[in-house]
Amino acid sequence: MAKSNEPIWWSLFSAGGMVAAMIFPILIIITGILVPFGLAGDDPLNFEKISTGISNQLIKLILFTIITLPLFHWAHRFRFTLVDVGLKSMSTLISILCYGGAIAGTIVSAVVFWNI
Amino acid sequence: MSTYHRPVSNTWWLKQKSYFLFMIRELTSVFVAGYCIFLLVLVYKLTQGADAYGNFMAALKLPISVALHLITLIFVLYHTITWFNLTPKILVLYRGEDRIPQGLVAATFYAGWVVVSIIVAWLVLGV
Amino acid sequence: MAETMQLEIFRYRPEKESVPSFQTYEVPFREDWVVLDAINYIKDEIDGTLSYRWSCQMGVCGSCGMMVNGVPKLSCAVFLKDYHPNKIRIEPLTGFPVERDLIFEMNDFMTKLKEMQPYIIRKEGEERSLEEGEYIQSPAELAHFKQYSMCINCMLCYAACPVYALDSTFIGPAAIALGQRYNMDSRDQGRDARQEVIASHDGIWECTFVGECSAVCPKHVDPAAAIQRAKVSSTVDWFKDVLIPWGKKK
Repeated sequence: MAKSNEPIWWSLFSAGGMVAAMIFPILIIITGILVPFGLAGDDPLNFEKISTGISNQLIKLILFTIITLPLFHWAHRFRFTLVDVGLKSMSTLISILCYGGAIAGTIVSAVVFWNI
Repeated sequence: MSTYHRPVSNTWWLKQKSYFLFMIRELTSVFVAGYCIFLLVLVYKLTQGADAYGNFMAALKLPISVALHLITLIFVLYHTITWFNLTPKILVLYRGEDRIPQGLVAATFYAGWVVVSIIVAWLVLGV
Repeated sequence: MAETMQLEIFRYRPEKESVPSFQTYEVPFREDWVVLDAINYIKDEIDGTLSYRWSCQMGVCGSCGMMVNGVPKLSCAVFLKDYHPNKIRIEPLTGFPVERDLIFEMNDFMTKLKEMQPYIIRKEGEERSLEEGEYIQSPAELAHFKQYSMCINCMLCYAACPVYALDSTFIGPAAIALGQRYNMDSRDQGRDARQEVIASHDGIWECTFVGECSAVCPKHVDPAAAIQRAKVSSTVDWFKDVLIPWGKKK
C-alpha cells in the first residue's frame, strides 16, 4: 500500500473550511441582511468605495483567497459525500469533476481578478 | 456452509439522527461553494463598470436574494459551529500531564470568529 | 403473572437456510437485567440453538458486541429497563459477514490489526537489553497515548462506521487508534513503519469524520480523534517529503 497523495486535497479542504467558518457568516449577513435592509448606512458597498478598496493588491489577494480556498473545501467534502451515498465505483470520475471544478473556479477567478 | 453478507443501503444516513446531521454537515459545503460563486460574480460585476455593479447591488434587495442568503447563512452557520466544535479533537494540546480542555480550545476559536467578523464588517462597511 | 419483554433476534443457520430471519422470544423483565442476561435466559430456558459471543459480563472483554435497535452496543452494558415495554431488535454487528445467528466473522479486523504492528518497535541497534533496564516514561508521556490503549477490540466502532459498511477495505477506527497508541508512545520508534498502512488510500484518508465510532465506543477511546490527528501528522509528513525531498529519509 503506497502512501496516498490525499494530503494536498485535505490541506486545501481544511484551509478552505477555516476561511468559510471564520469569514463567510459575517459576509453573508452583510450582503444578505445589512445592505438589502439598509442597516449599514447609505449605500455602504458603493462602486467608488469598493473599486478603490479592491485595487489594493493585498485586498485583491485576500479576496481571491476567500473565494477560491472554500471551493476546494467544497470539492473535497462533496467528493466524499457522493462516495458515502454509494457512488464509490465512480470515485475517479467524481474526484475529477470535484477537484476539476474547484480548479476551474480558481482559474476563472484569476482571470476576473487580473482584469480589475 | 457460507457466511451471509448483509446488503448495505445507500440511505443509511436516514436511519439515525446522528447520521442525518452528519449528512447535513457535509451538504453545507454546497452552500459554501454557492456563496463563493456569488462573491466571484460580485467582483466580476465590479470589473464591468458602475452600471452593471449598481444593478447587481440593487438585486440584493430582491426577496429571492434575501431568501437564498438566509438559507445559505443557516447552512454556513452550521458549518462554522460543527467546525469549531470538532477542531479541539484535532488540535490536542497538553500542559504537562493535563490536556487543555476541549471547551477552552473551542471557545478560543469562537472568540477569534467574533474578532474576525468585527474586523471584516469594519473593513467592508466602514472605511 | 410476572412482567415480560420481547426480544426479536436475528437468526442465521447456514446448514439449513440461505437467508437470515428473525425470531421473537418472550423473556422475563427484571429491573437489573441487561440484554445479555435476557439472551442467556433464552439459551438456557427457551432455545438452546441460539449462538452468540460473550464472556466477562462487565464490559472489559469486548466479546458481546451486537446491534440493539440498530445501535452497536455491548449486550452486557445495555439494560432491559431502558427499552421496556417495547420490543428490542438484536442483530449481529453491522458491516461484518455473519457466520451464524449473532456471530460475525472477525477475520478482516484481525488481519488489519496485525498490519498495524501493534507493539513497540525499536530502530535497528536501539533495542534496550535487559541489563540496560526499563524504558523510562513520565506520567506526561503516558497521558499522550493512554486513552488509545483502552481499546477492548469490541468492534462497535466498525459497526457504527458507514464508510466501513460501504467498503470493508477501510482499515477502520480501532486499528488506526491502536496504531496511534503506539505512534504516540514515547518508547516506540515505529511510526514510519506504520505510516505505509495508516497513510494509504485505505487508511485514514477514507475516513470522513462521521464521528459515530467515538460516540459508540464503550471505553471512550475516541478513535475519530485519533484518525483526524493522524491526518494532520501525515499531512505534515507529506509536505516535508514534497518540499524537502533531499531531507534524510528514515
